[in-house]
Amino acid sequence: MTNTTLDGATRVEVPTAVPVARSQPASPGGEEEIVFDLADLSVFYGSFRAVRGVNLAIRRHEITAFIGPSGCGKSTVLRCFNRMNDLIPSARVEGQLLYEGIDLYGADVHPVDVRRRIGMVFQKPNPFPKSIYDNVAYGPRLGGVRNGLDDVVQKALEAAALWDEVKDRLKTSALGLSGGQQQRLCIARSIAVEPDVLLMDEPCSSLDPIATARIEELMQEFKAQYTIVIVTHNMQQAARVSDRTAFFTTEVDEKSDRRTGMLVEYDTTLTVFTKPADPRTENYIKGRFG
Amino acid sequence: MSETVLFPSGRAGIPSGSTAGPLTRTVTGRRRVAEFLSTSVVWLSFAIAVVPLFLVVAYVTGKGVGQLSWSFLTEGIPRQYRKVGPGMGPAIVGTLLTTGMASLLAIPLGVMGAVYLNEYGKTSRPAAALRLLADVMTGVPSIVMGLFIYTIWVLRFESQTTFAGALALGALMLPIVIRSSEEMLRLVPNDLREGSAALGAYQWQTIVRVVLPAALPGITSGAMLAVARAAGETAPLLFTIGIVYRSSWDVFGPNTALSAQIFRNASQPFAGSIDRAWGAAFTLVVMVFTLTVLARVFIKRFTIEETS
Amino acid sequence: MNDRRSAPGPGLARSPSERRYRAPADAAFRTVALGAAGLVFVMLALIVVTTVNQAWPAFRQSGIKFITSGHWIPNDPDGVGPRQPEFGAQAFLYGTVVVSTVALVLSVPVSVGIALFATEYAPRRLRSAVTTVIDLLAAIPSVVYGLWGIVVVAPAITGTYASVGRLVGGVPILNVVFGESVRGRSFMTAGIILAIMVMPIITSLTREVFATVPQSEKDGALALGATRWEMITGAVFPHSFGGIVGAVMLGLGRAMGETIAVALTIGSANQIVGNLFASGDALPARIVNEFGESSGVHRSALIGLGVVLFGITIVVNGLARVIVSRARVRLRGVII
Repeated sequence: MTNTTLDGATRVEVPTAVPVARSQPASPGGEEEIVFDLADLSVFYGSFRAVRGVNLAIRRHEITAFIGPSGCGKSTVLRCFNRMNDLIPSARVEGQLLYEGIDLYGADVHPVDVRRRIGMVFQKPNPFPKSIYDNVAYGPRLGGVRNGLDDVVQKALEAAALWDEVKDRLKTSALGLSGGQQQRLCIARSIAVEPDVLLMDEPCSSLDPIATARIEELMQEFKAQYTIVIVTHNMQQAARVSDRTAFFTTEVDEKSDRRTGMLVEYDTTLTVFTKPADPRTENYIKGRFG
Repeated sequence: MSETVLFPSGRAGIPSGSTAGPLTRTVTGRRRVAEFLSTSVVWLSFAIAVVPLFLVVAYVTGKGVGQLSWSFLTEGIPRQYRKVGPGMGPAIVGTLLTTGMASLLAIPLGVMGAVYLNEYGKTSRPAAALRLLADVMTGVPSIVMGLFIYTIWVLRFESQTTFAGALALGALMLPIVIRSSEEMLRLVPNDLREGSAALGAYQWQTIVRVVLPAALPGITSGAMLAVARAAGETAPLLFTIGIVYRSSWDVFGPNTALSAQIFRNASQPFAGSIDRAWGAAFTLVVMVFTLTVLARVFIKRFTIEETS
Repeated sequence: MNDRRSAPGPGLARSPSERRYRAPADAAFRTVALGAAGLVFVMLALIVVTTVNQAWPAFRQSGIKFITSGHWIPNDPDGVGPRQPEFGAQAFLYGTVVVSTVALVLSVPVSVGIALFATEYAPRRLRSAVTTVIDLLAAIPSVVYGLWGIVVVAPAITGTYASVGRLVGGVPILNVVFGESVRGRSFMTAGIILAIMVMPIITSLTREVFATVPQSEKDGALALGATRWEMITGAVFPHSFGGIVGAVMLGLGRAMGETIAVALTIGSANQIVGNLFASGDALPARIVNEFGESSGVHRSALIGLGVVLFGITIVVNGLARVIVSRARVRLRGVII
């Protein structure tokens, strides 16, 4: 039983209880390897179940990709990890989502604290209409940092491979950057607060191939420091960058004609792409639908 | 026979009188006349709008600019209407004071009200009701606001004061600022709110650090228009500030204002009064037009940022 | 192994106190915002309660005659003998309605025309000129319109009234409506000034309404060979009808509440006549003209006039807003 609080004030020990068995092979290393642990997670919008029964575990310092056709709930599940679904009034979560052994949806966990540890980069770059500097400094300033911001900003921009391009115009508006630069700025913004996890919701879908390649490079560099979960429409991207892949699909409810998402298969990327266990996975990989 | 054309000649629905051939003119005389007349009428409407604007501005400028002088702007108001000569100094002070105070009251409250409606309440029932109420209140005649403040403030404290006038103008401005600010907040894209939340901001931090700054040019524009409206109002002040001849910076004493002075002087038969009225009118119109034009400039900057 | 769990980075403050005051700050902020928004409700309620309360003595005294009788006698006239003041506002109601009607009759066609001009006819560069003209017209304070009306228009227009009166001298109904004019300050003059003042609000809203007509429908009509006018009557007007009605009603509400310009140009005569060129009075105008020297029941009666005016404008504005939202026009910006 853990006795930890999310704001890091006091940390006792690591979880010893093991949650339910999952549908992936036993992993080397102990429970410390697991960052997110999902047990039978379902997401509801009002009474409509958008995603059902997801069981998987995200491992530390790995890049995990969520792939699948449109509407299968990959982004919905991703948004559970940093409680962004809370922003939608009718959204509700059932099942269990543990982060470092803590129940992310527990009564004493505040979403704001969650988001300071788990960052997110969105599909469409969304820099604030402020200067480049102020964009990157936004997160740290929220946390109360007043001194040393220059260094924090520089480090973040360097890590995002943007520093050289903008170092002379830090005070100019972020809106003047190109799409790829804006997305790297958003990445810099997210890592400036030194999160543990970086969630990326189709980060390259509005970018050209060259910008996409640069971001994929960044992801490989970040792996050492962060845990990354990426939702992507692009199978090749998943195959290129991820260590593990989760394949989701939809099933149609005959009565209401609405689609509910579900997890089909979750394994190492190599396995999913070369020897998928489920025929649905195989069909998707081979492009037979989706 | 119907004049509606559906297809070029040779097919159903053609007005008679048109001959074969795909590019032959099918617009008959009657339709051409209708088109010409309607176009002329529409252009004429625009001309009709321009004429009164031109006339009013011409008269106000023509008769008013001649009155303007340093002494007009600073000297006291003659106690007797029949007297010829300046000035309107106290009225300018009064207008600035009442409008300024009203703005200090109404703008922050109005922006916060808009924040509730767009950021918290959104489409909920109470928010929708308040939104409708605010809309309806923007149409309340300003005289009613004056009578209202007269009833709850002037009667209670048995004095007519600058502050009461500011309250009346503020009450008038509040619904306007709420609604115009809400529209501006609505224009801020939701991505920005999500981005801020994802970085671990509380909702109030998102609002204060991202949303309000983003909407600021638009909100300023709306606020300026509300201020311009308040500066020009007369009726609310007539019951609340006690139109006097000298003004002071004492907020709890009686005062006067340009609009009230124009009203008083306009119905006098004396040339001196009328002259002063024109001078005051010119001053007031300059103030109000400046604010209106500035508001347009601000809103253009806002929409440019929006699309970038 | 990255031992970051126990050593938070420099980018985050993790003190419990920060968490303790920031979260309640969120709730406090929300409460303040709600309070500010709720002020409109509080204001409305207070206005109703306090003004009715103040006007009550006069209401009690006159009863229903407050709006059905045309006798408005605040003081004992010329000491003929002790006589109860009477407060009947019918003449003012009549004046308000007449002047507003004149204003709408004159301004609605012009406003619709300008809106059409701005959305369909004007070349690109003139479009912002239209907006500028309308905005400036809306910005001119009502007292300036009043000053211009009483000093410039009223004297100048008596000649026109006289000509019109002569022109329709023989025609049965018209010669009553356009009868003799004693002086320039009359229903008609006030109506004309009011028309100019009301035009911007009707034009702005109508313009918004026209802008919501789907371009595809307009293009479709044109592609089928319709002239521009036919496209307007066929595609634009049907779509806009509800919205235009709403715009007109908003203009009506504004016209009824307009005080100062009307007060200066209507003539302040307490009479109900069909002659548009005669002087009359309107609800808000009467309040403003008599308030200064009133006291006691008289003052209550004047506040009572304010209550009646408030009631009428709330109803008209409320209906207008409902009609406009039914017509599903998204009001971009606020129409003031």
